[in-house]
Amino acid sequence: MARSVTTRRKAINTVIAWGIGLLIFFPILWTILTSFKTEATAIADPPVFLFFDWTLENYSVVQERSDYMRFLWNSVIIAGGSTLLGIIIAVPAAWSMAFVPSRRTKDILLWMLSTKMLPAVGVLYPIYLIFIELGLLDTRIGLTIVLMLINLPIIVWMLYTYFREIPGEILEAARMDGATLREEILYVLTPMAVPGIASTILLNFILAWNEAFWTLNLTAAKAAPLTAFIASYSSPEGLFYAKLSAASTMAIAPILILGWFSQKQLVRGLTFGAVK
Amino acid sequence: MATQHSRSAARLMMAPAVILLLGWMLVPLTMTLYFSFKRYLPLRGGDQGWVGFENYVRFVTSSAFWPSVQATLIIVGGVLLITVIFGVLLALLLDQPMWGQGIVRILVIAPFFVMPTVSALVWKNMFMDPVNGLLAHLLEFVGLTPVEWLSQAPMTSIIMIVSWQWLPFATLILLTAIQSLDSEQLEAAEMDGAPPLARFGFIILPHLARAITIVVLIQTIFLLAIFAEIFVTTQGSFGTRTLTYLIYQRVLESQNVGLGSAGGIYAVILANIIALFLMRIVGKNLDA
Repeated sequence: MARSVTTRRKAINTVIAWGIGLLIFFPILWTILTSFKTEATAIADPPVFLFFDWTLENYSVVQERSDYMRFLWNSVIIAGGSTLLGIIIAVPAAWSMAFVPSRRTKDILLWMLSTKMLPAVGVLYPIYLIFIELGLLDTRIGLTIVLMLINLPIIVWMLYTYFREIPGEILEAARMDGATLREEILYVLTPMAVPGIASTILLNFILAWNEAFWTLNLTAAKAAPLTAFIASYSSPEGLFYAKLSAASTMAIAPILILGWFSQKQLVRGLTFGAVK
Repeated sequence: MATQHSRSAARLMMAPAVILLLGWMLVPLTMTLYFSFKRYLPLRGGDQGWVGFENYVRFVTSSAFWPSVQATLIIVGGVLLITVIFGVLLALLLDQPMWGQGIVRILVIAPFFVMPTVSALVWKNMFMDPVNGLLAHLLEFVGLTPVEWLSQAPMTSIIMIVSWQWLPFATLILLTAIQSLDSEQLEAAEMDGAPPLARFGFIILPHLARAITIVVLIQTIFLLAIFAEIFVTTQGSFGTRTLTYLIYQRVLESQNVGLGSAGGIYAVILANIIALFLMRIVGKNLDA
């Protein structure tokens, strides 16, 4: 039986929780609001909250001055490309570990996880050197490969935990009916695995979009995604609050929306199935 | 039962992922290890031969080393303390019946999806700026002098920024764990007259122990590696140079690859020690 809760208690909970929730969300809200202000209003003293002349000027200025769309496009290509590439490589691996486990499966999974723990800064120079040798520095393809590799362990893990929930009997039945391995994967497994694969894509797209070590260190003008573009505002020109806010709002809006859909997967993906 | 045929097929399907990750791990790590035993200055004479463990000794005896260890520990420890304590409290709160629970959850989780460079810059300029920042206005409003956050209280500032980013993660995982708690047990305790604090201490907290351990371990690995938050705020000045940032500066800024590589190997060893604990927990879960 559910405990009966007084309306009074529920009301108190609601007020406290909303208060804290809005406080935590406030920096984001403030950024969004500021992006619609003029530079003068943005630094007004005392600060203006809602009642100002809303303007879209900052958004067009950011695009004109810095070619914002190019950075956005780089982010989309790099985050999307690395995620898809990772999925293509991880699906067969996760499939075989989930359905044809061997004595070493657990060790391989844990070893994969351990590569994720490798501190990036420890291999920064070698990667930098390899990138120069192969002409990959400041290219989208180079960054796509690196982000795919750093997220591959998470992709394999997430897919593995999803695949393990698919009953093996169904696959056996398909095999009995004479389905080849290819058919088994394509027509039996894939339709059942789609929700899990979609969640994996979603979370890893978010992680790749926000990655801010390799994207800052391996790109310059050409292949820089939004993380690096925003970092360029750390110079004194970043004191244009309204423009910084507009650029920031555009950089985080798509991910905030995607993120809200992925709350559950976030827990599973980032705790490697240890908390569900 | 899996046939011999499907076994070899399975091995083949695993191969690309295993080979790629093996290469990703071994090739750069071997190179770092190689450089760490050399005097290697790409812009000042290049490879100047083997020096044994000299880089390892110089890295730990340099005047920047211990302050960087200290900075790392303070930031990691501070953020862990804040995110775990407030994470537990927030998770308990969000588990209570209320109106608009879904929306509150979204508001609380949102910071996790903000890219590190954006959150660091927004905090730095729009909140912590001593003239135009909101915190300065707030302090003036209550009659205090505005603080130059990033130079006068640099550690506090960075801990604030990073905690804001990671509190949602801790909250979300602890909330998931609380929701898996058997509510009948709590009700029984309540009927037996156990006060709220006792229910928390004897039922909820023990139940959360595993989730808290996981939050601590995963966050530690990510927090040891924070980079962008320092890169766009203090650039490592005012005592905020963490171990990660120190290695980054040695390698890319002063281009002393040998010395930086030795530092990198230290970082790898440190991360591995923590990872070992995490693996044990995750591995146990795999058997279940």
